[in-house]
Amino acid sequence: MTDITKTTPATRGLIPLPEAAARGLLLGGGIATAASAFLAWTWTSEFPGDLTINGYPGGLQWLTFTAGLLTTLFALALYGVRGLGWLLPARNNAPLALAALGGLGTTWFTVIAIANNLGGVVNLEPGGWIAAIASLLPVLGAFALPQEGVGKDSTKESLKAYITKPDAIPAPQPLTPWLERAVITLATILGLAVFTYGIDTEYGELFIGYLFVVVFFTWALHTAGIMDRFSRLVAHNRSFTLAMGFLAAIAFPFTQTDDHYANIGVNILIFGTVALGLNIVVGLAGLLDLGYVAFLGVGAYTAALVSGSEFSTFSGVQFPFWASALTGAAASLIFGVLIGAPTLRLRGDYLAIVTLGFGEIFRIAVNNMDGDSGPDITNGPNGIPAIPDLNFFGFNMGQAHDIGGFTLGRFANYYLLMVLIMAIVVLVYTRAADSRIGRSWIAIREDETAATAMGINGFRVKLIAFALGASLAGLAGTVSAHVTYSVVPTPYQFAGSTPPNSAFLLAAVVLGGMGTVAGPILGAALLYLLPEKLVFLQDKSLLAFGIALILLMRFRPEGIIANRRNQLEFHETGQLDVPEQTTLTDEPATVTKAGA
Amino acid sequence: MTIMTTPVLEARDVTMRFGGLTAVRSVDFTVNAGEIVGLIGPNGAGKTTFFNCLTGLYIPTEGTVSYKGTVLPPKPHLVTQAGIARTFQNIRLFANMTVLENVLVGRHTRTKEGLWSALLRGPGFKKAEKASEERAMELLEFIGLAAKRDHLARNLPYGEQRKLEIARALASDPGLLLLDEPTAGMNPQETRATEELVFAIRDMGVAVLVIEHDMRFIFNLCDRVAVLVQGEKLVEGTSEVVQADERVIAAYLGEPFEGDPGAAEAAEVAAAEAGAEAQSTTSTKGEAQ
Repeated sequence: MTDITKTTPATRGLIPLPEAAARGLLLGGGIATAASAFLAWTWTSEFPGDLTINGYPGGLQWLTFTAGLLTTLFALALYGVRGLGWLLPARNNAPLALAALGGLGTTWFTVIAIANNLGGVVNLEPGGWIAAIASLLPVLGAFALPQEGVGKDSTKESLKAYITKPDAIPAPQPLTPWLERAVITLATILGLAVFTYGIDTEYGELFIGYLFVVVFFTWALHTAGIMDRFSRLVAHNRSFTLAMGFLAAIAFPFTQTDDHYANIGVNILIFGTVALGLNIVVGLAGLLDLGYVAFLGVGAYTAALVSGSEFSTFSGVQFPFWASALTGAAASLIFGVLIGAPTLRLRGDYLAIVTLGFGEIFRIAVNNMDGDSGPDITNGPNGIPAIPDLNFFGFNMGQAHDIGGFTLGRFANYYLLMVLIMAIVVLVYTRAADSRIGRSWIAIREDETAATAMGINGFRVKLIAFALGASLAGLAGTVSAHVTYSVVPTPYQFAGSTPPNSAFLLAAVVLGGMGTVAGPILGAALLYLLPEKLVFLQDKSLLAFGIALILLMRFRPEGIIANRRNQLEFHETGQLDVPEQTTLTDEPATVTKAGA
Repeated sequence: MTIMTTPVLEARDVTMRFGGLTAVRSVDFTVNAGEIVGLIGPNGAGKTTFFNCLTGLYIPTEGTVSYKGTVLPPKPHLVTQAGIARTFQNIRLFANMTVLENVLVGRHTRTKEGLWSALLRGPGFKKAEKASEERAMELLEFIGLAAKRDHLARNLPYGEQRKLEIARALASDPGLLLLDEPTAGMNPQETRATEELVFAIRDMGVAVLVIEHDMRFIFNLCDRVAVLVQGEKLVEGTSEVVQADERVIAAYLGEPFEGDPGAAEAAEVAAAEAGAEAQSTTSTKGEAQ
């Protein structure tokens, strides 16, 4: 990879085919893949999605169709078809190879799942075989495209070269402001559509196929340089993008017919909000907090106690929502300061262990405050059930309402409330991060000794981060108490198989990208959806996440969405003083990020 | 020589012990306004320990450090707030922050916008942020890094990282700047440039205390030089005085000075025994000087 010989006379492909044939395979294969989705793949409708109809795709076939279509688009862009040049600005092979692989993955997964679920390949109709072969063609084509380094390096290196993002991607032509906004709007609508489809997948197979398509095509767009261009657009229109994202979030329940999916949505939002709060503590201030879910618990219990539930110790007390939200946040803040003040004198691993301990203390204390082993406050393991629904000026959140022809169910109502809270948390996060206090958090994270030598009172700013993170989690907790009808101690543990728990929260932050706004929310969505959709994973989900996290740390340590700091790529190439780490990592494009 | 009367920094009888080891032994030390003072000494002489005592990183076992007449509390952030800024021997920039952000962090003690004003974003917040940025850009222009304001600190070449560290320290508007080996690892041209930079800082009205190994740099730069050997201040004076002092030469060369009993004989025996090997060592020592 460090080889800089520029013009090798004849670069060739990994598969020895003439270039014209390779391109033809890509285009033809893409079309054939898309077309094969219209055939019958199996004879029985026992396989979910009904793949038995000739002439109309169903279920997973739609995903194969989409993958084939997108591969075709990329292939057409390679041919230089007018209007598609933006898809392949660097005219590199990686997007083509990844798109083809995405199609191959979805199709073969479907075919194998059919054979596996129904008991043998005999259940495949000819259409299934055709699809399997058709989806292989673009892959062959992609790896037959001439690629620099093939023939010189080992096969493994060459394969890597096919899916690596090139260093230099030509700068895009500047767009007019309204065009930039139009692109962002389109991307938001597309994102909402893709996200909604993912939430609405009805069975595990469809969700896995969906993941194949989404992961490979996002990766393809990344290697094509389109993601970089888009993040530049976002950087130009930050507030517009935020507004669009907010609108898209509000639009979500209106696209749903089943309140069950709104329930998934509201849980993702609660999980994401808490993850964003944790991101202040972990991502900005660099304090590893392993007991963070306790603050969510404090908020939830506080809200439950003042909710007017007859099982609450203060059953006569019923605060309006704004008051209970503030009380919950304040209680969490006090709890955060109480925990933070003694523990924040510790650094690194010691802090992590102590916060882990305090998190467990909360759960065990709540478990024991039942009147037998302690004061009667929380009803012990029974928790506080029958929390009444919220009521805003006669608008009962517990009932379905018709708004403009759309029916908004109970969870949709709470979803919209949670969007509002999420917006507040995003605002708090972005404003705090971009200020004197945010800079001092980052400075503390980077080098605490140097930061104190610059006049930063380390303990004080760390305590502020801790308290702010805690109160945001408490705020989310107040809503979650009403959404789930009851609060019990069990969810507020360090690790469990369903979110939210401290390990999942931390995983959401790290997986999504520390120090970003979108990262933890995306991470939370992924971590919530995966166990929700993949039922067969449920008892092995912790193992699966362990493996996923290890792989992620190996290949993309900055998380799915990289922080601006980790992403900034400057024109330091050829500068001798920049430490030469290039040879150590596999992907040149992520070198500067990986050093974080 | 100008007449300097107002002391900026006064260390009185500073002693630092780590268990049984006395790293710094009752050092008296003064830096006056408008002065550039050098602190030299062989490796392990206790220079950095003394530095850390001055900046509050260590609490001196005995003695006091005062800045402009008031005794400094032994807390680094309070020392910085009082008006003493420092750089580090091994560069300690905030590597993943941009050049501008690094300098803005240096402004921390001179601004006071807290969390609430950051969240509410009133006019006061915007004004303060703008003023901080202007001051930071002034400093970046002063050290010549204004064009690289948005680069990450870790992507700067070594010499520029040193400069940026100085700018970050200057951002706290100090009355005294402590430089811990500012030219370590620099080539002669860069060292020259640093010299100019230190003079310019002095001309801004900031007193400077420099620890350095590069003798040419120190003797060109400093109005006064103090020599620390084995935790004790051996000699203090102008460059000429220090350069001429035999004990300083001896301390640096590791040779026995007059009155050290038996050392001369021991050296003779060693020389006789080791022969050529000993000769080569002395010659390298000579070069080192």
